[in-house]
Amino acid sequence: MRIAEAWRVALDALRANRLRSLLTMLGVVIGVAAVVALVAIGTGTRQQIERQVEGLGSNLLIVVPGRLEAGAAPTSSPLTLDDVDAVNRIVGDPTRVAVTISSGETVRAGSRTGFASMQGVVETTPTVFVRRLDRGAYLTRTDVSTGRRVAVLGAGVSHDLFGDRDPIGRQITIGGVRFRVIGTFEALGQSLGVDRDSEVHVPVTAAQRLLGTARIDGLAIRAPDRERIAELSAAVVATLAERHPDTDFSAVTQEQILGVLGDILGVLTGVLAAIAGISLLVGGVGVSNIMLVSVRERTREIGLRKAVGARPRDIGVQFLLEAVLLTTTGGIIGLLLGAGTALLVDRLSPVPAALTWWSTALAFGVSAAVGIIFGVVPAQRAGRLDPVVALRAE
Amino acid sequence: MTPAIVATGVSRTYHLDGLDVPALRGVSLTVAAGDYVAVVGTSGSGKSTLMHLLGGLDRPTGGTLLIGGRDVATLSPDELAALRNTTIGFVFQSFHLLARTTAQDNVGLPLVYRGIGRRERRARAAAMLERVGLAHRTGHRPNQLSGGEQQRVAIARALVTGPSVLLADEPTGNLDSTTGGQVLELLESLNAEGVAVVLVTHDREVAARARRQIVMRDGLIVDAA
Repeated sequence: MRIAEAWRVALDALRANRLRSLLTMLGVVIGVAAVVALVAIGTGTRQQIERQVEGLGSNLLIVVPGRLEAGAAPTSSPLTLDDVDAVNRIVGDPTRVAVTISSGETVRAGSRTGFASMQGVVETTPTVFVRRLDRGAYLTRTDVSTGRRVAVLGAGVSHDLFGDRDPIGRQITIGGVRFRVIGTFEALGQSLGVDRDSEVHVPVTAAQRLLGTARIDGLAIRAPDRERIAELSAAVVATLAERHPDTDFSAVTQEQILGVLGDILGVLTGVLAAIAGISLLVGGVGVSNIMLVSVRERTREIGLRKAVGARPRDIGVQFLLEAVLLTTTGGIIGLLLGAGTALLVDRLSPVPAALTWWSTALAFGVSAAVGIIFGVVPAQRAGRLDPVVALRAE
Repeated sequence: MTPAIVATGVSRTYHLDGLDVPALRGVSLTVAAGDYVAVVGTSGSGKSTLMHLLGGLDRPTGGTLLIGGRDVATLSPDELAALRNTTIGFVFQSFHLLARTTAQDNVGLPLVYRGIGRRERRARAAAMLERVGLAHRTGHRPNQLSGGEQQRVAIARALVTGPSVLLADEPTGNLDSTTGGQVLELLESLNAEGVAVVLVTHDREVAARARRQIVMRDGLIVDAA
C-alpha cells in the first residue's frame, strides 16, 4: 500500500468520528500547549535576567565576605574603607572600584514618608555599574571624603516624596538625619527581584556615621577586560583574606551569577515542563485507548481488507498513521494554543515569554512520538487479527 | 492447465479451551480452471471452514493445499496475502463493503494493496462496475444501493484483480429470489468467461445450477457429483 493512500485512509477514519477524534486530541493539545507556554515563559524570564545582570555593567567582579554556598551562615562584614584602599592599590585605578553599605531606612520630606534602601557609596558607582541620572548631579569625591549629607534619589523614592515636583535642592531626612537632594536616577524598574527605584545613594562616609559603623558590606570592581577578571579576583580575595584571617571572602562575576540563576531557572522550567509532559503522556494513553476501540469497531473492515490482500503490515501502518495523525494534529493545535498563550502572557502581564524554535520543534516531535509509542500496540493488534475471525465479527 | 485449487486430505482442527474441535477431517477436492462447483451442507458441516481454506484466509492443520499451484504451508503471511490478492476473489453473504466509501472506491480497494495509483484504480473499478451493470452507480455509497446492487459491487471488487477463482459464500443469502437470481446469472456469465466459481450454499436449488455439487457433513465430503 502506498503511504499517501494510508494517510488518506487515516484521515478518513478520523473524519468519520470527528467529535471523538477532537476529544482524544484534547489531551495532547493541552499537554503540548502547556509545555510550549511554560518553556516560553522560562526562556523569557531567563533572557530578562540575563539582560538585567548584563545591564549592571560589563566585566564586573563583586566581592563580599562569607561563602557563597547554599546554607552558609551569614557573615558580618569586617571590611572597612582601609580595605578599599588596599584593593585600589591592586586594581591600580580607583575609578574602577565601588563600595556599598546598605540599610533600609524611612525617608521623609515634609509630611510625606517613604521607605528606601539607603546605599552608602562612593562617587565611582555610576561608572562601575550602569546608572543614569535623570536630573541634577551625582556624588563627588569631595562629598565622599567629607561625609557631606547629600543624596541621589531613585525614581520611586523621588515620586513618593515629591510627586512630580523637582526635588533638586530640597531637604529630606533619612533615618531622621537631614540630607539635601542633589540628583535623581532614571527609572530602572525591578532587577533580579530588587526594586532599583527605591534606592537612595548617599556618601558611604555619611551612611557609616548614620549607622554608627566603620564597616562596608562589599565592593565591586570593574575589570578592564574579561581576561583579567580571574586574576583580579584571586589577588583581591588573597589580600582581603590576609587582612582578615578570620573571614572567608567570595568573589563572584556576572557569569557566575547568571550561571547560578540560569541553573535555578533551568531546574524550575524543567520541573514545570515535566509536569506538562505528564499531561502529554496521559493524552497518549487516551490515544492508545481510543485506537483500541477503533480497532475493535473496525474489525470487519480489517478482515475484509485482509481478504482482498492487505498484509499485516499494511493494516498496522494504517492504524499507526491514524494515531500519529491524531497526535500531530493535536500537537499543531497545542503549539498554536501554547504560542498564543505565551504571547498573551508576554503582552498582558509582567511575566516575559519568548518562543524558541527548538521548543516548538520538540513539542511537535514529541507529539508525533506519542502517536507512534501509543499507537504501536493497537496497530499490532489490528495487523495480527485473524481474517477469518475478523470477517465474522459483529 | 493447472487446476485453480487442489486440496488433498485437508483437515482443520480448532483448539478451543484445550479441546480439539475438528471442523474438517480430511477433504480432497480439485477446482479446475473455469470450474463451477457448489458446496452444500448444513451449518456446522464445515463448508465455511473449507471456504476459508480454499481462499487462503486460513491454513490447514493437516493435508496439503495448493492454490494456484502453490503450497500454502510454505507461504509466509505476506505471500499468502499476495496470493489472496492476485488469485482469489471473495464474495460474502453480507457483502462486506466499506460503508463510507463509494462503489468505485470499494471496487478499487484490492488494487490499493498492489500499490496501484488512485487514477488507475478508479479507471479499472469503473470498467468493472460497467461489467456488472452498475456503470451509473460509481459514486454511490453502499447505503444508497439496493442489496442486489451491493452484491454486484462486491462481485466487481472480487473481479477487479483478475482472479482465477471466485469464492462465493452464500452470495444470495441476504437477497430476495429475483435479485438473487440476477446475482447468480452474473456469476454464471463470469464463469462462462473462464473464471472458476466455488459457491457455498445451503440452498439445493441454487446448488443445482452448478456444474457439479459437493455435499458436506461433519467435516467430510459425503457426496460429490
